Amino acid sequence: MSLGVPDATAPGAGADRVRRVSGLATVLRRIVRSTTGRTGLVIVVFVVGASLLAPVLAPYDARVDRDFDSVRQPPSLEHPFGTDELGRDTLTRVWHGGRISLRVGLVAVGLAASVGSLLGLMAGYFGGRFDLAVGWLVDILLAFPGILLAIAIVATLGPNLTNALLAISITQVPIYVRITRSVVLGLRESEYVQAARALGSRTPRVMFGHVLPNSLSPIVVQVTLSVGVAILDVAALGFLGLGAQPPIPEWGLLIREGYRQASRAPWLSLFPGLAIFVSVVGFNLLGDAIRDALDPRLRRA
Amino acid sequence: MTTYAAKRVLSLLPVLLGISVLVFTIARVVPADPALLMLGERATPEARAELRQQMGLDQPLFFNVAAVRESANPLALFDSQYFAFVGALLRGDLGRSYFTRSDVLDSLLQRFPATIELTLAAMTFAVLLGVPAGVLAALRRGRTADTVVLFVALSGVSLPVFWLAIILINLFAVNLGWLPSTGRLDLILSLDFEPVTGLYVFDALLQGKPRVALSALEHLVLPGITLGTIPMAVVVRMTRSAMLEALGQDYVRTAEAKGLGARRVVSKHALRNALPPVVTVVGLSFGSLLSGAILTETMFAWPGIGRWVYDAINARDYPIVQGGVLLVAVVFVVVNLLVDLSYAVIDPRIQYS
Repeated sequence: MSLGVPDATAPGAGADRVRRVSGLATVLRRIVRSTTGRTGLVIVVFVVGASLLAPVLAPYDARVDRDFDSVRQPPSLEHPFGTDELGRDTLTRVWHGGRISLRVGLVAVGLAASVGSLLGLMAGYFGGRFDLAVGWLVDILLAFPGILLAIAIVATLGPNLTNALLAISITQVPIYVRITRSVVLGLRESEYVQAARALGSRTPRVMFGHVLPNSLSPIVVQVTLSVGVAILDVAALGFLGLGAQPPIPEWGLLIREGYRQASRAPWLSLFPGLAIFVSVVGFNLLGDAIRDALDPRLRRA
Repeated sequence: MTTYAAKRVLSLLPVLLGISVLVFTIARVVPADPALLMLGERATPEARAELRQQMGLDQPLFFNVAAVRESANPLALFDSQYFAFVGALLRGDLGRSYFTRSDVLDSLLQRFPATIELTLAAMTFAVLLGVPAGVLAALRRGRTADTVVLFVALSGVSLPVFWLAIILINLFAVNLGWLPSTGRLDLILSLDFEPVTGLYVFDALLQGKPRVALSALEHLVLPGITLGTIPMAVVVRMTRSAMLEALGQDYVRTAEAKGLGARRVVSKHALRNALPPVVTVVGLSFGSLLSGAILTETMFAWPGIGRWVYDAINARDYPIVQGGVLLVAVVFVVVNLLVDLSYAVIDPRIQYS
């Protein structure tokens, strides 16, 4: 890949690519330059990196490795986060838990963003009855505040991690429909879209080649901001016993298990909560920074 | 304005219809057989079949096509579970608990005041802390106070609420023993206290029982802070940005040029104009408070609808879950409409077309 070098066979596309790449570089530079962006980036890289490397650096099985000789030990050099009622090392459990909580959060948001922006793209582009139907669906989903719909869905489908993921994903679809639709409505009448249509491009090509790429920025911003919400929601469902089930070391479930022994072993609920807090702060800071970088007009004067 | 209001109210109808379909569908995809849940595993298949028939569970879900074919009566199309559900709903019948046989709507309304009181406590906390903090951050923009306030606001939306509750309970109830962490009232005081409205603090003051009122207030502190943390963070951010915008307006400069004191300029000119969006945010956060109440009430053994619905989920008492979810969704939609309509009252500059 020769990024940034114009492709001679397709002059238009090449020039477009140059602009987009340098745009990406500008955005990255802006993010790294702001304090919030730097902090968020460091945190996100740290938690994601640590989770990816967990099997290499913390090579215990977080579900079964137990040691009945050191049960409920407070934090020490050997066990920095203490141990639980089965003598399992809390640091290992929290560390491996990151793989689950972050992955579920990211997948839930990815799913919601794909489905939501596709629906929004079609609703905005086609308009008419389809738009009305999608708008109705969105209004209904938005009538269930916060985590309520996810709880209702999981309560009926049965409590497990997959259903929790799906339920959280469904609650996040409406926001992507709305964002994409409103951007597409503006783009639909823009000159380059009309030009593409006049040149005889087929509808899918106009939609996915011209309209969608140009409405990506607000979607990207929303994705970063909703990852934090998704991580919190996954944890809340896990804590209520409606998400991950033991012995999975999901963060919310870890807090649920630690909560029962909070007076004897407060570290069991403290550290997974801190892990959630730090990760969500990271994604929120990064999201704010990306928003500012992508659209300086949105920056609060 | 009247036309606009009428239009908005009418536009609620399809949404309410959709809510009923969704709630109905969610409650019917349950893999468990209600007759089995109610009668237990030792009931005969005949008894179960009879109960299913009594409950109308042998009817089709949405449209009864077979009945139309048989009787040639097009109205038979609506002899279905869904239309029976909506019909009952319109009569104010949300069904009965599978296990206690208590009327769901009655029980919900009985527990609603507890949730409302908790919600009001949370909003009070959010506004009392959020608005001054937001104003301070705007006035000290870019300085230490601003950074601190913004960090608190960021933490507020990044904390798992149930985790915050555990920390608050451990610190203030278990270790320091300053505040109670379960229920609404000291047991001993509840013996000779007859609530009227169900809002304990209000009732106690009305009946001239200051000790009861104080105890009720004490019980509200920890759950109120827990539930109010997210809206507090939202109020801070909104107040700060609205204040920054107002402070940059010409009329603020004019007021300053007239020689008004800084305090007067901030309170009379800037804050008053910054308030409408803040009021909106507070109003709109009402719904998320209702759904957040499920977690908070569970943590603090608060006898409101959130905890009741949560217990019902674990007991697989689906009529209660269905009724609770429906009630919250309808209240949320109606409150949002009222907030929307109240724009015109708060801010007369807004014109409706």
